[in-house]
Amino acid sequence: MTAVISKKPAGAAMARGGALLRAREMGIGIALVLVIALTTLFNHSFLSASSVQQLLTGASIFALLGVGETLVIITRNVDLSVGSVVGLSAYVVGNTFVNHPQMPIIFGFVIGILVGAVVGAVNGLITTVTKVPSLVVTLAALYIVRGIDALIVNGKRIDPGSVPSGFQTIGYYNVFGVPLLFIIVAVVVAIAGYAMRSFRSSRELYAIGSNPDAAGLAGIPTGRRVFTAFLVSGSLAGLGGALFLAEYATVDSTGGTGYEFLVVAAVVVGGVAIFGGSGTILGAALGALLLNTINQSLGSLKVSPFWNQAVAGALLLVAIAFDRWLSLRVARSLKSEQGAHRDV
Amino acid sequence: MEPLLVLDHATKSFGPVRALENGSVTLYPGEAHALLGENGAGKSTLVKILAGVHRQDSGDLTIAGELVNFSGPAASKAAGVSIIYQEPTLFPDLTVAENIFMGRQPLRGGRRIDRGAMNKAATAVFSRLGVDLDPERLAKGLSVADQQIVEIAKALSLDAKVLVMDEPTAALTQVEVQRLFDVMKTLRSQGAAVMFISHRLEEVFASCQRVTIMRDGNFVSTAPIEDLTIDDIIRSMVGRNLESLFPKTITEPGKVVLEVEHLTSAGVFTDISFQVRRGEIVALAGLVGAGRSEVARAIFGIDPYDSGVVTINGKVLHRNAPRESMAAGIALVPEDRRQQGLVMDLSIDQNVALASLSRLSKGGLISRSSERNLALDWAQRLQLRYGKMRNPVATLSGGNQQKVVLGKWLARNPSLLIIDEPTRGIDVGTKAEVHRILDGLVAEGMAILMISSELPEVLGMADRVLVIREGRLSANMSRAEADEDSVMRAATLQSTESIV
Repeated sequence: MTAVISKKPAGAAMARGGALLRAREMGIGIALVLVIALTTLFNHSFLSASSVQQLLTGASIFALLGVGETLVIITRNVDLSVGSVVGLSAYVVGNTFVNHPQMPIIFGFVIGILVGAVVGAVNGLITTVTKVPSLVVTLAALYIVRGIDALIVNGKRIDPGSVPSGFQTIGYYNVFGVPLLFIIVAVVVAIAGYAMRSFRSSRELYAIGSNPDAAGLAGIPTGRRVFTAFLVSGSLAGLGGALFLAEYATVDSTGGTGYEFLVVAAVVVGGVAIFGGSGTILGAALGALLLNTINQSLGSLKVSPFWNQAVAGALLLVAIAFDRWLSLRVARSLKSEQGAHRDV
Repeated sequence: MEPLLVLDHATKSFGPVRALENGSVTLYPGEAHALLGENGAGKSTLVKILAGVHRQDSGDLTIAGELVNFSGPAASKAAGVSIIYQEPTLFPDLTVAENIFMGRQPLRGGRRIDRGAMNKAATAVFSRLGVDLDPERLAKGLSVADQQIVEIAKALSLDAKVLVMDEPTAALTQVEVQRLFDVMKTLRSQGAAVMFISHRLEEVFASCQRVTIMRDGNFVSTAPIEDLTIDDIIRSMVGRNLESLFPKTITEPGKVVLEVEHLTSAGVFTDISFQVRRGEIVALAGLVGAGRSEVARAIFGIDPYDSGVVTINGKVLHRNAPRESMAAGIALVPEDRRQQGLVMDLSIDQNVALASLSRLSKGGLISRSSERNLALDWAQRLQLRYGKMRNPVATLSGGNQQKVVLGKWLARNPSLLIIDEPTRGIDVGTKAEVHRILDGLVAEGMAILMISSELPEVLGMADRVLVIREGRLSANMSRAEADEDSVMRAATLQSTESIV
């Protein structure tokens, strides 16, 4: 038999590949523990209950946006409009509460999701129909949506007084000490993570990002799938806007500014390949948690907040370099297994 | 017997270009049918119509007696047509099993993918094929042969009624080709039809029962294999005498221009030594992936190498110094002209002038008129067919694009021309013109190192044939010694008589 790898060594190589990939989530876990341990050493209150609650709450919206962003990036696209969608959705939901104070709270979420879904649908449509790179489409959407937001806001702002207290509760309520916000996002992460492994259509997202030409030849409805990814990303960003309002209860026209890059950074740090094809929802969520933890750690150590972004950038570089190194290593180990078992 | 698949007088145009004028083929259950023709004969277009990638402008496609009209690749798949493309179409980030079952993974409750069942089914297909491949490994890092096996497994698991294989053997070793033939036999015995596209005619004779020949987008003939000889087939494919496709003037080679001694790059190629003289074409033959292009890139200085010496006109070249190589008189026309040879959005004259800018510029400014004059000169000498010099080079046909790349390098007046796949994807007519140009250059005293995967081109144009097999020089033959058999043997087998 030629050129065929015998089962065991190949399995071993794969297992090693798998272990390395899992090591990515492990690696983020270890980094998290390290950051928390070191910070606690210098500031004992960092591990207090309220501080941990703050860590989880602060990461929640980023992790939620990260779920949608992961779907999009896995298809070899990117959604840069999420930050603007958060701002628009938060203001629209808040404004609706101002005009209809008696509106049931659940409608606040529905409206937020709808606002995001519209933007996501437009992004998806333009990207798939015109074939303009999504980087350009969503960069334009970033500014257009922010512009629409500024027009609607028109210099005003939403104050805590006009947001129903029941809605605000969601932003700070704790279930047995665990922030409700975090629980909501954890549920979304769990569902999305499971779905990405278990359904044909979600596997097709990976296929599209892994080899777009082959995906077309395999009969995968590439356009429909990519559109759906943008729709989900937009909708989750809309939900994120509603949660933003619940958490802060104050919104002007700058809400969510710059979130898109933090989210992309979190997703990439979490092991989602920037050119698509691989990565997990859990990894992306952990990436968001790590970035947020580092930010808060720097804050509690009285490091100038200006360092936050530099650290996020450095971490991004480390993550991408690590990815590159990892994929080279995996490729080499898979190749050498093969070479060793060629008998021609 | 009722035919499985009939394509009748299909036509297909892309803009003004008529890729297929009369695509006709009939496949019967249980037969292996060869589709033959030169590059540009319309085979790929025909295959893509069967695949549902393109839709024919006119003409009927009938499968199992029913008229079909494919809306896309999924529809073709559903109708039982399975295609194995020349380039594997796998998803590197997914497992082998997922690659096989993408879009039709076995499901369990709640429409969730049943990974256990999927891996088991993949293993079952592999055992039918008699191979032992781990279904859970990633497709990333598979050898080309193993990728091909995954593609075949895909087709097999689909229970394809019609299996189309577009040059599946180009990168396979002899043993692997044999196994592929066994698979074809199994499929045929189950009543499937196999359409086989290959440039290796001996494989066609070994495995197929009927042959359809195409030329310039047209159906030429269909005949049982036993009624044909290799000469008949070539004559029908080319439509004229071979001599006119490969004009060759035998000249006396002069002094050594390029000398390569013991060139080695770990894991890529090993101990490569040869010479190229003035006035001769030396062909580097071998299978795709054997390391030929890598040797050329190392000589030119694009890729580094570990040991060995490259001498041009008596001057030893440093490693990894393409500027020095250019200054010393080497020109490299790369294999992939769209990616590496041309700037597609620039105009024709700008592309021609691109490698000669330092000569054309005065005080750092490029004179448009000198650019234009240079291009006009070369366009005339190479018989370039173009609209306006100011048009983007992307508007030219493949063959004329290749002439632009040639002109760009020839404008530097090199003493050694390295040309990688000079006529890939070029229609037959222009192909002969490119060959005539190469022949003329050699007659004027240039030395040419030509990499080619097309055996007729190697045999027709080369004064000497070097064969590389898995990174090693496996043969160095004179024009007289080289024939189809000896070159293929050196390219695929461990030959005892090979001259190293």
